[in-house]
Amino acid sequence: MVWYYEKKLQYPVKVSTCNPMLAKYLIEQYGGADGELAAALRYMNQRYTLPDKVVGLLTDIATEELSHLEMIATMIYKLTKDATPEQLKAAGLADHYVNHDKALFYQNASGVPFTASYIQAKGDPIADLYEDIAAEEKARATYQWIIDLSDDPDLNDSLKFLREREIVHSLRFREAVEILKEERNTKKFF
Amino acid sequence: MFTQYKYWYPYVSPHDPCPPIKIKSYSTPPQLYIAFQPIGLPQFPTAKEALMHGTLWPQLYSPYPNPQKRNEKS
Amino acid sequence: MPPEYYRMLEEIQAIDFVIVELNLYLDTHPNDFEAIKQFNDFTEKSMKLKIQFEKKFGPLMNFGKSFSNYPFNWVDTPWPWQV
Repeated sequence: MVWYYEKKLQYPVKVSTCNPMLAKYLIEQYGGADGELAAALRYMNQRYTLPDKVVGLLTDIATEELSHLEMIATMIYKLTKDATPEQLKAAGLADHYVNHDKALFYQNASGVPFTASYIQAKGDPIADLYEDIAAEEKARATYQWIIDLSDDPDLNDSLKFLREREIVHSLRFREAVEILKEERNTKKFF
Repeated sequence: MFTQYKYWYPYVSPHDPCPPIKIKSYSTPPQLYIAFQPIGLPQFPTAKEALMHGTLWPQLYSPYPNPQKRNEKS
Repeated sequence: MPPEYYRMLEEIQAIDFVIVELNLYLDTHPNDFEAIKQFNDFTEKSMKLKIQFEKKFGPLMNFGKSFSNYPFNWVDTPWPWQV
């Protein structure tokens, strides 16, 4: 396996207002239970033991999630880059500043650090794919609630893109379930 | 066809502390209605439009916020 | 960066997005001949656009997927989160 880095974002990220408080919300999708890191690691890890027919899909969605992780990082970076300690304090980011300055950290919006227990891997293909579908729906919901709280039109444009991607991923995982449950294909596996 | 938002009317008590939201909604996007994407679905005419919508296929596109969301409060 | 950078980058983003969409679709629809043709078509378009972009703005990819100028310009700014 080799991954290559490409010096571009999947979708343009523009932030129009200096509002560090939005960074506090966005970190949920960086290091939260249904965030992009959790998604990428979940699919990447499940791949090893899933039936061959769906390994390509999980590899590709996991890879796309990494590009979403970098979009979220970009938003957080831009929102906090030139903020003063006073501004960070007013935005509720004083405790982040004390611990990390402006460094990003894999944690959720409440400051709980990322943990592997966010990611399930049962080894049962149906259980794992249903977990993946649920993860996509939860990530979609999280984007909705962040959009509800944000009044930055440019940022919301990128967030709507990410919400739509959850929908497409959910559909593909649903199709993967259909592929695995189909009778005529079982002969090929056994 | 399907609708992308569903509405419901929560019970309102005279003792609720905040002004009631009489109609609530939730999102029911296209993946709930397409079990397996059929071959040859129409595509957005340009790659740019596909990018802007976050999908290549108009039938998979889900708008947010709910266009009626503002009315929920009344 | 000049406006041309953003224009060309967005063109690449659009083409590459169609490729991602078709790739995921083909993962579950491996026999859709038309979609495979479109996938190959857009892959070719993307490669051509990136050659033009890299001539003006430096390498897009690491580890031998892009050529380098002298001095080694992979390390040059801007990085994606900076633009």
